[in-house]
This record gives sequence, structure tokens and C-alpha cells, in this order.
Amino acid sequence: MLATYLNLVVQGVLLGGLYAIFALGLSLSVGVMRFVNIAHGDFIVLVSFLLLTVATALHINVLLALLLVIPLAFAGGYLLQRILLQRVVGENVLLPLLVTFGLSIIVQNGLLQGFGADTRTLSAGRLDTSSLQIGGLYVGVLPVATFVLAIVLVLGLEWLLYRSRIGAGIRAVADDVAAANLIGLSSARIYAIAMGIVGVTVAIAACFMGLRMNFDPTSGPSRLLVAFEVVVLGGLGSLRGTLLGGIVLGIAQTLGGQIDGAWQVLAGHLVFLAIFLLRPQGLLPRY
Amino acid sequence: MRRHQHLSIAGGRAVLAVAALALLAAPTFLDAGGLTVLTEFLCLLVLALMWNLLAGYADIVTVGQHAFVGVGAYAFYGAVVLLGVDPYLAFGAAALTAFVIALPAMLIVFRLRAAYLAVGTWVVAEVLMLIAGKLPGFGFGSGVSLPVRVAREFGARPDARFATIYWLAFALAAAAFASTWLLLRSRIGLGLMAMRDNEEAAGAMGVHLVRARIVCFLWTAPFLGLAGAIITLQKLRISPPASFSIIDWTVFVIFNVVIGGIGSLEGPILGTVLFFLLREYLAQLGTWHLIILGTLSIAVILIEPRGLWGLLRRALGGDLIPVSHRARPGFGAGRKPGA
Repeated sequence: MLATYLNLVVQGVLLGGLYAIFALGLSLSVGVMRFVNIAHGDFIVLVSFLLLTVATALHINVLLALLLVIPLAFAGGYLLQRILLQRVVGENVLLPLLVTFGLSIIVQNGLLQGFGADTRTLSAGRLDTSSLQIGGLYVGVLPVATFVLAIVLVLGLEWLLYRSRIGAGIRAVADDVAAANLIGLSSARIYAIAMGIVGVTVAIAACFMGLRMNFDPTSGPSRLLVAFEVVVLGGLGSLRGTLLGGIVLGIAQTLGGQIDGAWQVLAGHLVFLAIFLLRPQGLLPRY
Repeated sequence: MRRHQHLSIAGGRAVLAVAALALLAAPTFLDAGGLTVLTEFLCLLVLALMWNLLAGYADIVTVGQHAFVGVGAYAFYGAVVLLGVDPYLAFGAAALTAFVIALPAMLIVFRLRAAYLAVGTWVVAEVLMLIAGKLPGFGFGSGVSLPVRVAREFGARPDARFATIYWLAFALAAAAFASTWLLLRSRIGLGLMAMRDNEEAAGAMGVHLVRARIVCFLWTAPFLGLAGAIITLQKLRISPPASFSIIDWTVFVIFNVVIGGIGSLEGPILGTVLFFLLREYLAQLGTWHLIILGTLSIAVILIEPRGLWGLLRRALGGDLIPVSHRARPGFGAGRKPGA
């Protein structure tokens, strides 16, 4: 009995790693551009379809396809910000919200048009099914690798934001756009680079989501809700909090999933709402 | 204001008046099919007016509006079928339940700001939909049909029934429109508009933003619940995915208001009319229908954030449905400008 629950908690923690990866891009765009990208989940699903297409067309492993897609994702994020989102970033939070809302519906229906409504999954060959034994527990190699990657990404993004030159620029623009412009930073360019970085995290999230769970053109909103809950649970602006938020949500969902499929999602939402009401600033608030 | 602008505003108002009269007389000249479409139109208009009140005036950009439509639908079914309440009284139950659910929802919604609020309302809607799928007596995940005897209460023959349902939708839309107009003309609406124009100045003048937003949020819930009840009566079925449909009750509504013109009373009307005209031509395009609406809404936001009504208003030179107050002549006399 205890072993069963221990096993569930471990699975939940590992699932949390994946959820943290979903949320990193959202956390970054919220922290820097000060807006919630409603299309975040749909972009993840879009890139999953892109990975599927690239891997099938070139007959290569999905992980190799990811390496090819990452530069594309950076360019996509960069151009999206430069061409479209930069026009609506500003005082009025309504406009970027509505634009990304429109994008979300366009991406969902574009994917439906292009790929049909079938559910898909990605495969990385042997990695999908191999597992390893730790103590008395069997855990999949893929979930463990995802979790390790989540930690690496959190540390990498922290380094990028707090130790690198571009990170200093991003933080300056995030704090005060006008002042950043005054000292000669090009806020439009920095926003675009930040969105490019978001694009990279979206690509990684897309790959590992596709390896772990089924997706279809309408999966985006549920991914957005997970990412949003993780960001709010963790505490705004805190990347380590994002990891912790992912773990909490992962455990809640795994335990809820013991009852049935609908409870898996519902338990995640209810735990989110409960913690949010008790601790609105999040588990590890940065400010 | 120039003379031709007076004329065009009068002309615009005449168009509105004729349209209202046509809606009033619709059951005399439309068949059941036409009335069904008009009933849908009126329900969607109510949803658009409510979303516009929240997003366009009260700074509450919700993506969870479908929650209250679904709650209304389920409450109506529960009252009329499970509790055996008189069908007309069951509408009261729908409105009341939506209102009661809105109270705890505020605890979550009002702790979130701006963009977070949008996704927060969505989470609340998801939770309510998932709970609706777990309720015994409501057919769980697949839903349940409304018994024929309930439908019969609104008219023994189908055409009499369609007419009754149409009148209910008409009454709801008229009440939603008139009361929202009065709310926007009241101190609360005045405060909200002041807040929209300059938050700090309005705060300094004593506008209580939180109170105004709470009033607006609670205001919309019963109207949304009633719309949900009427929609249920028309479709004769409840189910979590259809009664809580984000596409039908939130996505289309947001597109309608954004394209028509957010932050005005004309905008939601214009947008909903346009939506029904476009639907005749676009519906058979399937997924392209939504792609076109999404693209159109983004284009509108980039060109004129106040929507088509924003463009038209410039041409007309004024509001057809004034929600603002004109300063009385002599108001502020004796004070220096800017003092």
C-alpha cells in the first residue's frame, strides 16, 4: 500500500518536471513582456506536429528533429514578437490578450485543417519504453530524463537571466521599458529575443509532451491551463518556483488519476485553487 | 457637431429602432426555422453585452464566461426535472444559481490581475464543467435530454413553443440591454469610464474601483445563467461539453465583441449581427470559419482597437446609444481651466 503511494508520488514528481517545462516559456513571457500568452499551449501543440512532420519526412529520431526545430522555434518566437506582438505590447493588457486569443483559435483550427482531429504521439525509439530500477521502484528513463532536463533548463534560464549580458538587458526592459530605451537598449529587439527564447522552451516542451502523452489539435488549452497553474503556484517571476509548482501539480494529478481520468484533471485544478486561495503569492515568490 | 452628423446619427438611431420593432414583430412573419435563428441571435447578444460590460468597461477580461451559461443550463434542468419546479420558476433558479456560484468565484477572480484573471476564470469554468460531469442525475459526462413534458409546458405545438421561447429570449435581451445601459449611465458606470480613461485621476476623485468591478461581475452572472436556461430549452439537452461550450459561449462572443467594437454598446450589437450574417456563408467552411474570425479579430485590433463601431463612429460623429453624460452648460463655470 505504502509502496503504491510512494510509487505514485514519484511518478507525480516526474510528471511535474514535464509540467515545469510547459510553464517555463509562459513564466518568461509573463515576467518579461507582462502578458499571458493565451496561445502558449497551442504553440506547444503546433511544434509537436512540426516535430512529427520533420521526423517522419526525414526519417530521423524525434530528438534529432528537435535539434533541427529549435533554431526554427527561436526564429518563430522572434518574428512573432517583432511583427505582431510588439504592436500591442504596452499599457493596455487587453490587446495582447485578445491577439494571442485570436492566435490560439487560428492555430487550433489550422492544425485541424492540416492534420485532422486524430490523436498523435511522438516516438523516440527505445527510449519510450526503457525503464530503470531505483530501490524497489521501476521508473521510466524518459520521465527521469525529462525531470533532469527541467532542472537543467531552470538553472540555464536563471544563468541566462541573471548572469549574462542579454539577461541584464531583458531584466532592464522588464523593469522599465522607458528607462531601458533611454540608456540605449532596443526594447523591441530585446522583447523579440526573449520571445525567441520562449520559442526554444516551447520546442523542448513540445518534444517531451509528445513523447509522454497523446496530443491532438485541440490539446493546447489544457496545456495552457497546466502551464498557467504551474506559474501561479510557483510564484510569479520565480523559475525555481515554477519547478516546484510543476511538481505539486504533477503529484495532485497522479493521485487524482487513481480515481479516474476526469479526476486526474479535476484534482489538479482543485489543488491549484486551494493553494492559490491560501497562498496567492505562490509557493516561492520572487518579489 | 455639424448638421450632416446630426442627420447620420438620427439615421443610425432610426435603423436601430426599426430593427427593434422588427424583432418585436418577428413571430408574426417568421417560420419556426427563422425564429430559432433569431432566438440564438438574442441569446448570443446577451452574452456579448455581458462580456463587453466586463471586458470593455470593468477591466475583467474573462475567458470563463461559458461557466455561468453552463451553470444556468444545469440549474434549469435540475429545478425543472429533478425538483419538479414550475418551468417558469426554474428560470429564477437558473439566475439565482449562477449568482450564487459567482460569489465564491470572485474570491479567485479578484485576486488575479489582468491577464492572469483571464486564465483564472478559464480554470474556474473548467472546474465547474468537470464537476457538472460528475453530478448524479444529470447524465454524467454524456448529458441528458430534457423530457418532452417540460417542453410541452411552453407550447403544445412546436410553432407555439418556438414563439414562446423566442419571447423569453427577446425579454432577456431587452432586459439585459436596458439594465446594462442604465448601469453604465449610473455612478458606477461613470466611475468605470473615468477609471478607463485615467485610473489615478479617477481614484483621486473617489471612484471605488473594486466595488464597481464586483457589481459588474455579479451583474452578469444571472443574465448568463438565464441565457443558458433558454439555450437549454431550445436545444432540449444538457451536457458538459455543449452546455459549457467555450467555443460557442466564449470564443465566438469575444470575437463578436472585438470585431464589433469593445467598450461601446453599439459594438456588441454590430458584432453579433455581423457574426450571424457571416455564419450563413462561413459555417459550411468548418474550421476555416474560426480561422477567418480569428484573423479578422486580430486585424481589427491592429487597425482600430475600438472595432468596426470605432471606425463607424468616427464617420457618424457620435454615439447612437450614449452611455456618457454630456457636461451641462455652465458646469464648472467660475473655475479656471486646469485649476
